[in-house]
Amino acid sequence: MSFLTYLINGISLGSVYALIALGYTMVYGIAKMLNFAHGDVIMIGAFTTYTICSTMGLPPIVGVLVAVVVCTVLGMAIEKIAYKPLRKASSSLAVLITAIGISYLLQNIALIIFGANSKSFTSIVSMEPIRLADGQINITGETVVTILSCIVIMIGLMLFINKTKAGQAMLAVSEDKGAAQLMGINVNGTIALTFAIGSALAAIAGVLLCSAYPSLTPYTGSMPGIKAFVAAVFGGIGSIPGAFIGGILLGIIEIFGKAYISSQMADAIVFGVLIVVLLVKPTGLLGKNIQEKV
Amino acid sequence: MKKMNISKSSKNNMITYGIVIIAYVVMQILLGTGNISSLMKGMLVPLCVYAILAVSLNLTVGILGELSLGHAGFMCVGAFSGAFFSKYMVIAAPGMPGALRFFIAILIGAVMAGLFGILIGIPVLRLKGDYLAIVTLAFGEIIKNLVNILHVGLDEKGLHLAFTNTSIKMSENGTFIIKGAQGITGTPNDSGFTISIVLLLITLFIVLNLVNSRTGRAIMAIRDNTIAAESVGINITKYKLMAFSISAALAGVAGVLYAHNLSTLTALPKNFGYNMSIMILVFVVLGGIGSIRGSMIAAVILTLLPELLRGLNNYRMLIYAIVLIVMMLFNWAPKCIEWRERLMAKLKLGKAAKEVS
Repeated sequence: MSFLTYLINGISLGSVYALIALGYTMVYGIAKMLNFAHGDVIMIGAFTTYTICSTMGLPPIVGVLVAVVVCTVLGMAIEKIAYKPLRKASSSLAVLITAIGISYLLQNIALIIFGANSKSFTSIVSMEPIRLADGQINITGETVVTILSCIVIMIGLMLFINKTKAGQAMLAVSEDKGAAQLMGINVNGTIALTFAIGSALAAIAGVLLCSAYPSLTPYTGSMPGIKAFVAAVFGGIGSIPGAFIGGILLGIIEIFGKAYISSQMADAIVFGVLIVVLLVKPTGLLGKNIQEKV
Repeated sequence: MKKMNISKSSKNNMITYGIVIIAYVVMQILLGTGNISSLMKGMLVPLCVYAILAVSLNLTVGILGELSLGHAGFMCVGAFSGAFFSKYMVIAAPGMPGALRFFIAILIGAVMAGLFGILIGIPVLRLKGDYLAIVTLAFGEIIKNLVNILHVGLDEKGLHLAFTNTSIKMSENGTFIIKGAQGITGTPNDSGFTISIVLLLITLFIVLNLVNSRTGRAIMAIRDNTIAAESVGINITKYKLMAFSISAALAGVAGVLYAHNLSTLTALPKNFGYNMSIMILVFVVLGGIGSIRGSMIAAVILTLLPELLRGLNNYRMLIYAIVLIVMMLFNWAPKCIEWRERLMAKLKLGKAAKEVS
């Protein structure tokens, strides 16, 4: 029975990773850059909800909506100020280091505003836990909401990309920027839209993450952010179903690793997965193989 | 023509060594006359540690052109293997002179970190750019994680190794050398300012000579265009691995120095986590990617400045972050480069006009 509980917890954690990984994978697919600051956008989202709900006492739904708006604006602002000027830079190192700088900037702004002490995040879910098999399996409300919202968002995102004009434009830009521009697609606008969607998902992920693990510090986002990147690579970077599968699998691996191997080694196991994936199949589970030409 | 180039580069190197030696002499005079605060005195060895780290990371980032975010991991390997040796020797051979013990500890730290560099480098260097950065980060975190659960005890039967506190098979009167998350306590304080400066000079000597050698030119050719370098017969794997492992070994030396300056050595996210790796990267970027002297000076200034301006301590990392972003935009954004060139041209024109009139 404990196996099932671990599995459900793993899927729940994996759903959060999947939501974060979506942001990474979409941005990577379109802008060809690793947005190191993505994990810290999660933290900003969680802090916004914390301020609205716990400090001001407004209902959770308002908190989530404000967090989504704040993170969307933040994501677009970061793209506009820091990444866009470097899009045509000669070295890809430049934009990566800038992203690290942004990540540090967000962490330290949060550190100055909220302090280094850990805040206890009040869960936004007020659902009773579901008990199955005579109370042997206990599924918390947070788990249910996390898994459901991940599924809804995934379906919504797939529909958006495959059925709408903006979604098709995103696919076109990720395929070939120059050709997309010649077809009359607003490339800059599409990239900004991608950042907006990715950051909005990060806000939701942040709220869900902190509802399940209610300790909130300025560094809350960095570790899940890096692990979600591992999930995106695992599933094949640039692929949206890949991010979903990679996220869920990574969540399960982490929880099982914690339960059956060693709780201290959980992070090492997750990173070990990344290294094995990159060595065996560098394009990930669902990634495409692209040959480099001279 | 060629001769001039060489003399220019060795002149440049002499300036770098000169700066270190002058800084050393000035500090020694201040120490001798007692014109130095105890805070500053305590900073002398860490300053050298950071300078060595920055110079060694510059070998990977600036000369090899690959972003490594796991430099603190190599420092961690060096620190723990060096401190392990010293602690072991203190128990097993108490009569050993401190200088000899420290010398061997440095060698062990460098060799261990270099071995890890080769071990990690073989798979990692097949990757490129973002992937390489994230995998080095992953390795750094794994090393930190492993060190945190490592228990090594010593009793009359010899060494015992275990991964939990309870499973270690050690007799009752044995002592822990490495005790998991509590790390190593009681490392002899063998380091000093003079030995630190000597190590910094050796590091500079190794890196500067490497850069100006045939090997260094091969490494830079790989950085500038891998495919072109491969097609003129440069062994990519060999040179990449060489640069990466030398960089790791030097980080190991910095680690040993760091460990012997503290009485308690623990692997915390603060000292060996990826935040530390990023901090070293900040030194390298602000000092100028590829400029050895620059990264050394940046490491010293960026470590000293917040200590001198105590009031700014809360804002230190914030200022680092902003400076990092602005520097990157200023140096790499095509529009900024264009603007800078226009400005320079205008200045030159203005000068020429003045000279004519």
